[in-house]
Amino acid sequence: MEHLFEYVLRIGDDSLILGQRLAEWCGHGPILEEDIAMTNISLDLIGQATTLLEYAAKIEGKGKNADQLAFLRFDKDYRNLLLVEQPNGDFGMTMMRQFFFDAFRKPFFEALQHSKDEQLSAIAEKSLKETRYHLKHSSEWVIRLGDGTEESHQRIQESLDALYRYTDELFYSDEVQKAMESAGIAPKMDDVRTEWNKTVDYVLNEATLKIPDNQWKFEGGRRGMHSEHLGYILADMQYMQRAYPGLEW
Amino acid sequence: MKEVNISELERRFQEKIDNDIRIEPKDWMPDEYRKTLIRQISQHAHSEVVGMLPEGNWITRAPNLRRKAVLLAKVQDEAGHGLYLYSAVETLGADREQTIDDLHSGKAKYSSIFNYPTLTWADMGAIGWLVDGAAIMNQVPLCRCSYGPYARAMVRVCKEESFHQRQGFEIMTTLAKGSPEQKAMAQDALNRFWWPALMMFGPNDADSKHTQQSMDWRIKRHTNDELRQMFVDATVPQAELIGLTVPDPDLKWNEETGHYEFGAINWDEFWEVVKGNGPCNKDRIDTRRKAKEEGLWVREAAMAHAEKRAKRKSA
Repeated sequence: MEHLFEYVLRIGDDSLILGQRLAEWCGHGPILEEDIAMTNISLDLIGQATTLLEYAAKIEGKGKNADQLAFLRFDKDYRNLLLVEQPNGDFGMTMMRQFFFDAFRKPFFEALQHSKDEQLSAIAEKSLKETRYHLKHSSEWVIRLGDGTEESHQRIQESLDALYRYTDELFYSDEVQKAMESAGIAPKMDDVRTEWNKTVDYVLNEATLKIPDNQWKFEGGRRGMHSEHLGYILADMQYMQRAYPGLEW
Repeated sequence: MKEVNISELERRFQEKIDNDIRIEPKDWMPDEYRKTLIRQISQHAHSEVVGMLPEGNWITRAPNLRRKAVLLAKVQDEAGHGLYLYSAVETLGADREQTIDDLHSGKAKYSSIFNYPTLTWADMGAIGWLVDGAAIMNQVPLCRCSYGPYARAMVRVCKEESFHQRQGFEIMTTLAKGSPEQKAMAQDALNRFWWPALMMFGPNDADSKHTQQSMDWRIKRHTNDELRQMFVDATVPQAELIGLTVPDPDLKWNEETGHYEFGAINWDEFWEVVKGNGPCNKDRIDTRRKAKEEGLWVREAAMAHAEKRAKRKSA
């Protein structure tokens, strides 16, 4: 049960932190249509996080709810990928981060639909519908910006170079992951990686973008070792719950 | 000859208006009618878009997941309202980008309420309850506006606004029955937003230069003062219901008229904020301008890419 709790937290925290990040864009998008799109994606992700953290709280069995998990843990207890906590940067950076994540989430949820855990399977089925739209949206923007103007090409190539080193962690494997895979609960990460590679190769080719030569990889988020950025995300997100503990809102 | 034609066209136009027949984009309309609508609808669109900022200010700090999701959905609705209102402006021959540039240069106005800061979470409640509440008073009659595209846009907008108003009131209710500090937070928000909300209906009828013409054209169905009175009558009992005090010592129920009487509005403050001297005017416009400037490379890239695709297709 401890492994399952940890595993559900990982999925839930990815949605939570990326949803929180995207919400920062609200009112600042390059066109009104993108304000709508990014708010909508953020809303989907916060919805996923709510369901997943509710489930995690139930598995944990300590009488907590989703809000307590979302708002009252310390930074080391968050299990999200380093990728999703990276700053928004310019619109291209946000779309590249989103694309790497969506390209992972689609095959991940496709496979998770067949999980032996019924709750996760149901969540995957619902989330997959949303993720398909997210991936369509982010890959179209990566292609537009990559194969747009000279400036846009250069900008998004720089975003790709900056974010690529966080992508290996998408397929992080440790004893939790292995235990979940052998229990038939988690998708096999190697299979998900194969699908991710296909999508990334196709889209980057269309976008005339290149994977950087520097292949250094970062990981740590799944173990609670985060970047400096997470502290600020939490300071914002947890402010009300920390300042006014235990109240109904 | 031309003179005769125009007065005949004007007669037919007014006849349609008087018979409540909608004016549609391709119909003939007087220049002044067109200008009035462009001014009003673009102001309305700008208000939706600028209005995303004070609420956007609290999305990342919303106190729980449900409130965060609801606030996201609300702000997303506002962006959507902005979009279809800009589309409605375009049906009148105005250019969306030009109207946005007019906002950024200060030529075009937007609702002054958004020039007040959102300082606490309770402001999300006060905005929903009072600001969206006032917006509904203004907009429900606009569903019967003589210009078809605006009237139809308003039907959809009003459905969503009424949901926004309810969620705002629900936030206030929750706070008002919460801890003493929550109740104080709610009262403080009401204190700060009450008078600016009353100002949302615009100057008193005697000082409103556009009202009479807009009524004749059936763009407006009620005067500013009538709408303000309707708002006060509807809102004061709601405040009483949840135990909050409307910050107006002169407020009292008049048995004879069946309306609340309320104190004098500080019109000097109103005009200062309209002129640009509200607490957040500069921040709001700077933010919108920055979003447009920083998005330029994105829009250029999208255009360039679309052209490349079109070329490849035709090649």
